Amino acid sequence: MAAPAAETTWTRKHLLDLESLSADEIGVILDTAEAFKDVSTRSVKKVPALRGRVVVNLFFEESTRTRTSFTLAAQRLSADVIDFSAKGSSVAKGETLGDTARNIEAMGVDLIVCRHPASGAPHLLSRCVNCCVINAGDGRHEHPTQALLDLFTIRQHKGRIEGLKVAIVGDVANSRVARSNLWGLTKLGAEVTFVGPTTLVPRTFEQFGARVCHDIDAVIGEFDVINMLRIQMERVTSNVFPSVQEYTRLFGLNGQRMRRAKPDVLVMHPGPMNRGIEITTEVADGARSAILQQVTNGLAVRMAVLFLCNQAAGG
Amino acid sequence: MASLLIRNGRIIDPASNQDAVGDLLIADAKIRKIGRLSERAERVIDGTGLLVTPGLIDMHVHLREPGNEDEETIASGASAAVAGGFTSIACMPNTQPPLDQEADIEFVYRQAARADLCNVYPIGAITKGRAGKELAEMGQMVRAGAVAFSDDGCGVADAGVMFRALQYVRMFDRALIQHCEDAALAAGGCMHAGPTATRLGLPSIPAMAEEVMVQRDLILAEQTGARYHVAHISTAGAVEAVRRAKARGVYVTAEVCPHHLLLTDEACAGFDTHFKMNPPLRSKADVEACRAGVADGTIDCFCTDHAPHSAEEKTLEFQNAPFGIIGLETAVPLTIRAMIETGFIDWPRWVAGWTSRPATILGLSKGSLSPGADADVTLIDPACRWRIDAGRFFSKCRNTPFDGWDVSGRAVATIVAGRVRFTTDAARFPGERALA
Repeated sequence: MAAPAAETTWTRKHLLDLESLSADEIGVILDTAEAFKDVSTRSVKKVPALRGRVVVNLFFEESTRTRTSFTLAAQRLSADVIDFSAKGSSVAKGETLGDTARNIEAMGVDLIVCRHPASGAPHLLSRCVNCCVINAGDGRHEHPTQALLDLFTIRQHKGRIEGLKVAIVGDVANSRVARSNLWGLTKLGAEVTFVGPTTLVPRTFEQFGARVCHDIDAVIGEFDVINMLRIQMERVTSNVFPSVQEYTRLFGLNGQRMRRAKPDVLVMHPGPMNRGIEITTEVADGARSAILQQVTNGLAVRMAVLFLCNQAAGG
Repeated sequence: MASLLIRNGRIIDPASNQDAVGDLLIADAKIRKIGRLSERAERVIDGTGLLVTPGLIDMHVHLREPGNEDEETIASGASAAVAGGFTSIACMPNTQPPLDQEADIEFVYRQAARADLCNVYPIGAITKGRAGKELAEMGQMVRAGAVAFSDDGCGVADAGVMFRALQYVRMFDRALIQHCEDAALAAGGCMHAGPTATRLGLPSIPAMAEEVMVQRDLILAEQTGARYHVAHISTAGAVEAVRRAKARGVYVTAEVCPHHLLLTDEACAGFDTHFKMNPPLRSKADVEACRAGVADGTIDCFCTDHAPHSAEEKTLEFQNAPFGIIGLETAVPLTIRAMIETGFIDWPRWVAGWTSRPATILGLSKGSLSPGADADVTLIDPACRWRIDAGRFFSKCRNTPFDGWDVSGRAVATIVAGRVRFTTDAARFPGERALA
């Protein structure tokens, strides 16, 4: 298989966010990912779609799974992959993001996969370089490929997105995963509820179509999907909740709460998990959990994104 | 005797309640006469169709000298000022090192005299090193010519220090200008806290960060009876607080920037750092409240908060780029658009906001066209349509979100102490170079 059979109406060379995509465009990525999914299960796990292309992972923030996932995805498309991490690079010497990117591009790179602690950094990059830019997570803004793999996983299990009720639980205010999921899910017709403490789930999100709730027990029975976000321990010092223990009591997903959820509820987590804090081992490893499938699906989704952006750039 | 007669202009002088078509005679760097004049002069200019106003005053600019002369100097800032129609500017002390002692104030006057383009008045720091702890030597700075005091760039966080500063400054009849921002509430923010910041995932500065400090300071100002001035007011709540304080007799004044009268936080949606300034662009309701505040006199005057930053700095990530935009060369048409074209105020109120009001706040004997006053005069063509072109700015920097805007109204000549220091109108001012 050289290229997937999906009807391509994809014209973007960058994937910067999901907010600006249409439902159709998201559909194209998911369908393309579907076509790539079986590549990972074959004995020769490669297609030649990006042969001769160079992908650079430009990561300004620690990441293991996203970087590995993009690397594998690019390799399965037969691209050459280089890793660039901010540590020990010229960034530490004060070079600007634009200069760093232009220097890397000058070495003949076709696609830049960027992770950055500042919201909007990939947008800035896309204005500085000619090659494709793929956002692998920017600040608290968006993490489009994570949301796409979440959508893919939900569709795989539920057969659809439209009409589903999805809870996203935790530190929504600081979460790029929550934002990308909100756009992706609502564009495809799901109903999103953000659940968490008032300090981490601002009502402002209601203006963008989310429902906001601060009592998980009052609503847990409604959802088809529950996506648990990682809690950052550092938040305690900024007084958004008084202790990790209290957070776990109020919002953690445990076996007891699961008994009040729909029997076919799908449990997800973008990782890395804090076992015993936002989610118990019983739930994380339980029958309703799709957490490892999310990781598996991440590969196909990232292959699709790399493939489509490269193709739109004329590659 | 060097004399200049401007004939048949619309002379607007709010200080003397004047608004009539007539002639203005300047001689020996002073205003001599206004009215239908039969006097002769060495030079006669036809002012038909022009507004003849006192020289405009911008009481809030950052000139970056000493310390960041690559971004602006007192001379380059003065060039930008006269190009924008300003005959007087007051510069903030957040230079490196900050203007916090007598010698620093003298330095600004010395550099301004060397530049010899417009009046530059230094504002001294309230606290030593702008650190918010110990009072700076305000008395000695007053002697050297400091026109007001401010730790602008940040507010004086400690209520006790602010109370002492207000108490102390009363001796000198100078205003304390506060950058109103509660540091803890604003912590790490880079744009207004509202739906756009939520969407973009950018750390944000809530309106209440400004309002908490305004409210606190108004209590302190009322207690001390000192002159208190709110810098670059930007929120509806702050405007309302000042309105109420004025009603109960607190000695408070306020200024507003063109961008807070024209743009909202939604402009940040593309992560363009030219829309990043502090205070940040606020909501539509805040913009409307600021306009209404100018219209009813709650907000006394306009200012630019001219804040030059190099292109290198402004092309950083939104969170990491510095706050601020330049404003001297765009302020006239932008405040016309925000306030006159929208029908909020008339020309005399507009002129007062750029002349007599800031002059009063800073205690300057400027901002008036009365006979005997310094001959600082700005000629404005209200009908001039032009396109803002940052590439032609006299400022050393280009960090403006208004590049390419089509606007109306322009200062066509800037006269400082009787001398034409800038003109765009070669027909009326033959032989004058763009910048003398």
